[in-house]
Amino acid sequence: MNQSVNSADIHKAIVEQQALQDRRKMMLNGALLLLLLAAPFVLYPVFLMKILCFALFAVAFNLLFGFTGLLSFGHAAFLATGSYTTGFLLSNYSGLTTEVGILAGTLASTLLGMAFALLSIRRQGIYFAMVTLALAQLVFFFFVQSEFTGGEDGMHGIPRGELFGLINLEDNLNMYYFVLAVFIGCYLLVQRVVSSPYGQVLKSIKQNEARAVSLGYNVDRYKVLAFVISAALAGLAGSMKSVVFQLASLNDAHWHMSGEVILMTLVGGMGTLLGPVVGATFVVNVEYQLSQGPLRDWVDPILGGIFVLTVLAFRSGIVGEVQKFVKKNLG
Amino acid sequence: MTMIFGVPLAVLSGQLLIGIINGAFYALLSLGLAVIFGLLKIINFAHGAMYMLGAMVTVLMFDTLGISYWVALFLAPLVVGTFGVLIEYFLLRRIAGQDHIYSLLLTFGAALIIQGVLVNIFGVSGLRYAMPDMFKGGMNLGFMFLPYYRAWVIVAALLVCFGTWFVIEKTKLGAYLRAGTEDSQLMQGFGINVPLLISLTYGFGVALAAFAGVLAAPIYSVTPVMGSSILIVVFAVVVIGGMGSIGGAIITGILMGVIEGLTKTFYPPASSAVIFLVMVLVLMFRPSGLFGKEA
Repeated sequence: MNQSVNSADIHKAIVEQQALQDRRKMMLNGALLLLLLAAPFVLYPVFLMKILCFALFAVAFNLLFGFTGLLSFGHAAFLATGSYTTGFLLSNYSGLTTEVGILAGTLASTLLGMAFALLSIRRQGIYFAMVTLALAQLVFFFFVQSEFTGGEDGMHGIPRGELFGLINLEDNLNMYYFVLAVFIGCYLLVQRVVSSPYGQVLKSIKQNEARAVSLGYNVDRYKVLAFVISAALAGLAGSMKSVVFQLASLNDAHWHMSGEVILMTLVGGMGTLLGPVVGATFVVNVEYQLSQGPLRDWVDPILGGIFVLTVLAFRSGIVGEVQKFVKKNLG
Repeated sequence: MTMIFGVPLAVLSGQLLIGIINGAFYALLSLGLAVIFGLLKIINFAHGAMYMLGAMVTVLMFDTLGISYWVALFLAPLVVGTFGVLIEYFLLRRIAGQDHIYSLLLTFGAALIIQGVLVNIFGVSGLRYAMPDMFKGGMNLGFMFLPYYRAWVIVAALLVCFGTWFVIEKTKLGAYLRAGTEDSQLMQGFGINVPLLISLTYGFGVALAAFAGVLAAPIYSVTPVMGSSILIVVFAVVVIGGMGSIGGAIITGILMGVIEGLTKTFYPPASSAVIFLVMVLVLMFRPSGLFGKEA
């Protein structure tokens, strides 16, 4: 008799299912962590750090684009503000420890993010994209004309210094573990933000802004906060990048960079947590491999081609497609 | 010598002229963007690349086939416009039902491809295009020297802008276009071939950009990257003017060119940034743009 299937049993089954899923997730995360910890002994640490910096940049961008539905075409401005501020401080004030320089860079781009957000938040969709692009161009002009950035030459020889005045970051392994720790911290932060009630409101804004308004949410305030968090993390990525490479240049501020982070997010899978990380790894690798081979002059058109293909054929990106596949075949 | 605010009149009027000419280009380009936006509701990120293609095609047609400036003035927009129709038909149409952000990203990718391929073939240094003979020289207006070609650019740009405005606002074809913007399904119900209309509109908007490219060929250096920097300025112009009206796009374009020219005269370091600063002001005090209708 099927009366024996009572609600308590069903409940138990659901809980067990949940526990199984959680265990799987834990194991997967643990394996990933071990992999990241062991990676610098196999691969070149500076290359790994490059991936981590861009992954953080893309994770930051995805919070805004993937989860809130706002396409910023000006995120290069935050990356560059972070990297120039940190570079300037560490180069000119030898008393500063590295983490102070990085925090200052993050703070600078947070403030810039606030200014951008207040100016652009009332516009939607493609207007928003155009406004952020134009604002970022203004920032680009500022960096081109300012003395302290070194203009076209950029800023070279930024000292890595010592973390908390204790740990020597000139050592690539130390530097790597520091970057990894910051990256994981930020990743968990974004995960926390997205799954919080606040994150749910962001998702609802993305799906149907009018409804979110009618439910009484002050949509603009939610969007501004998302923008500012995103800008802060993008700035942090730039700050770390300038310390890792000991270099800050106009490349970081160029609109090309804003396009690249969109590509990373899109290819990896927008609106998923892991997507931007996968996308950044993919794009950085593609660029590196191409620059080594006979196609080194064709990086731009090939990236453009990947852009077009992604938009036409697999809009949910690598992670999104894998998720779909898993759902379909593994129940 | 006559001085105005400490600047010689000849210098001031010279910069004003350059400003009006730049403004004419901004007007043509933002007009094309507005036309495409009107029916397709997308921002054509490949617009700068199309402007560049117009100029490149003009130079290449002259170098290889000896096709003259006057023929190029019609042929180059036709070639580039056809290319645009193909892009619409094979790429944009496939994602027509999706979020408009995707079509923006698609045109961005297309622009990267077009520009990247041409950079590889021609490099980033400029190609030269000889000024047509009949435009050599200029006339002395007493207070300034006006090169014939610059006068022609202004006249031609204004004529095309006015013609486009007239067609869209005053003719039956324009009425179809505007109706298609309002409700494309109903239009289809009336037996209008809306997909064709969309293809042609994209082609026409792109052809406007290419026309600007032809006009630019004799006076600006023609390079594969000439489109990308001007495009961002034109975006700012569009934000300032608002997407509400065709006329607004034209007026704002010329106005911004003039403001840029004046800034170059009185405070040169800010000249490349001034349009973006105006945009910031407009966003603060009139967020829907000077001529915009949407809130």
